[in-house]
Amino acid sequence: MSKSDVGGAGGETPPGEMSPAVVSVRTVDVVVSLLLVALAALLAFDNWRTGMGWDSTGPQAGYFPFYLSVILAAACVYGLAKEFLAREHTKEVFVTREQLGRVLQVFFPTLAFCLVTQWLGLYVASFLLVAGFMIFIGRIAAWKSLLTALIFVLVMFVVFDVAFDVIMPKGPLEALFGR
Amino acid sequence: MEALGLLLYGFKVLMTWKILALMMAGLVLGIFVGVLPGLGGPNGVAILLPLTFTMDPTSAIVMLSCIYWGALFGGAITSILFNIPGEAWSVATTFDGYPMAQQGKAAEALTAAFTSSFIGSLVAVMLITFLAPGIASFALRFGPPEFFAVYFLTFCSFVGLGREEKHKTIISMTLGLLLAGVGMDTVSGQLRMTFGLNDLLRGINFLVAVIGLFGISEILLTMEERLALRGHAANISPRVVLKVWKEMPRYWMTLLRSSAIGCWLGITPGGAIAASFMGYNLAKRFSKEPESFGKGRIEGVFAPETAAHASGTSALLPMLALGIPGSGTAAILLGGLMVWGLNPGPLLFVEHKEFVWGLIASMYLGNVVGLVLVLTTVPLFAAVLRVPFSAIAPMIIVSCAIGAFAIQNAMFDIWLMLVFGVVGYVFKKIGIPLAPFTLALVLGNRAEDSFRLSMIGAGGDLRVFWSNGLVGSITTLAVILLFWPVISALMARLKRR
Repeated sequence: MSKSDVGGAGGETPPGEMSPAVVSVRTVDVVVSLLLVALAALLAFDNWRTGMGWDSTGPQAGYFPFYLSVILAAACVYGLAKEFLAREHTKEVFVTREQLGRVLQVFFPTLAFCLVTQWLGLYVASFLLVAGFMIFIGRIAAWKSLLTALIFVLVMFVVFDVAFDVIMPKGPLEALFGR
Repeated sequence: MEALGLLLYGFKVLMTWKILALMMAGLVLGIFVGVLPGLGGPNGVAILLPLTFTMDPTSAIVMLSCIYWGALFGGAITSILFNIPGEAWSVATTFDGYPMAQQGKAAEALTAAFTSSFIGSLVAVMLITFLAPGIASFALRFGPPEFFAVYFLTFCSFVGLGREEKHKTIISMTLGLLLAGVGMDTVSGQLRMTFGLNDLLRGINFLVAVIGLFGISEILLTMEERLALRGHAANISPRVVLKVWKEMPRYWMTLLRSSAIGCWLGITPGGAIAASFMGYNLAKRFSKEPESFGKGRIEGVFAPETAAHASGTSALLPMLALGIPGSGTAAILLGGLMVWGLNPGPLLFVEHKEFVWGLIASMYLGNVVGLVLVLTTVPLFAAVLRVPFSAIAPMIIVSCAIGAFAIQNAMFDIWLMLVFGVVGYVFKKIGIPLAPFTLALVLGNRAEDSFRLSMIGAGGDLRVFWSNGLVGSITTLAVILLFWPVISALMARLKRR
């Protein structure tokens, strides 16, 4: 359940509700259903290739997933049919421009974090993410941000790599730690 | 009273400094997890699961379940002080909890919430103590057809009892079952749906999916809504605690009713969220002055909190006795069992007594310690919420990534987590429920194996699912639940005539 379901006493609507809509819930619903039908078709094909019938030992490896793909596709088609046959369409907004902006503000840094983790290891990426996010998005003083990021990364390193023996990817830093 | 003896044995297992320390650590971490927006019970447990990989199973489960209790307690703090439910199951607590805080009665509301949580859990744990061993020994007689029937019942009850649109529940569930099948087929050893990608050989780990679906997507949603935190201060004094406790017996009926609702919805996959709303609504309906609800009535805090905790706790009953989790978090604990090399199911009670009874005893102890802990440290945890979200968000993202990576030491899983984060965000907004997906992903392989084993045993005859009274009635019940929406619509139409 998302926090958008939160109703009840004293619920406040955030400012910026009037920002123009980027896309409606209905459009996203239709697109997701179509994508899922495509996925179901792909998986059904792959399982048909694996073998979806019965042999001497019972159902083959593809049997179960094949029929699941069929049910998935059927449920999506049902949803699409219901959507198109409905007389009235809801005008519910999926996301407004302002909201999308804020979501991307956290999505892009996360994407960058994953890329940096791949090249430079998790700890460097974490430091950059925490410090960068606090400075550029939170507009918090640089020294506070850098210090927080440093302490956070050190704590994580001590807890995971040292205390609990959960080894994280460290990229080129690996040699420095002699591990 | 064999259960009591075994329970005492469980307490003996617990009484080591190491386990007690882990318990405290788990509770504190759990309250943090419950308080922070963007980190929920299931997600918090999933992220912290890798910490337990090197522990013995008993210490591991005690720590993880304490994280879960902590998260249950923590959700109430933000609901009451900030009007922001830290967890979906504490939404109903905001209805009366926040008005109480506005009237300067935050301490009363918090004490009421914590104490009623404690009572709800206690009732559920007692239920587990006395019922679980019986159910488990009954389930020892189960063969593959019976197990498949029970899995089938679990899946069907989601469709029949869920509040979401039925086809969306089915989409979510089949998608979960399909993704569970990716990788090596456990019966024939063949590769399925891997499309030549080496990273998919391992299959899609459901913990990675949970971290993405509940962690990353929650951060995206929280950012979207731009939380403005304005809270009330609270300091709980012993005087207030005593005052609330004195008032409490007056509401025994509400407490009892909510506990019963919670236990029932926890065992069936209705979950803590439904339980908290139902507890609240029923308390309101049976009240002599229903109009005073929503304006800061203490009963409006007692009712949902008792139900949510009773449900959250009793969700562990089917997980322990049958190997079928009653909630998302129970599903993750079940995943933990497999990682630690235990086989979930009724045999646990026979083969791993110290584990099962250690866990059950830790539920008693964890809830008592948790109650004392939250009552004494509320200001500390409320202060956490004053830390700017732009500092907390990246830290949560990093914790999610560490959790996702550590499960199989695979960079691929971090990418997978990101994909699931976006999927979770979109699904939540278009109303595709995530709980059936998680459950299907955990149980998928086991359900398929038991289906195929039954088929092999019966020579491909589907009538094996009606071959004796037990399996027949479970299967029939499942089919009725599956078609319940259709049946109830037909019955309503007949009645109208």
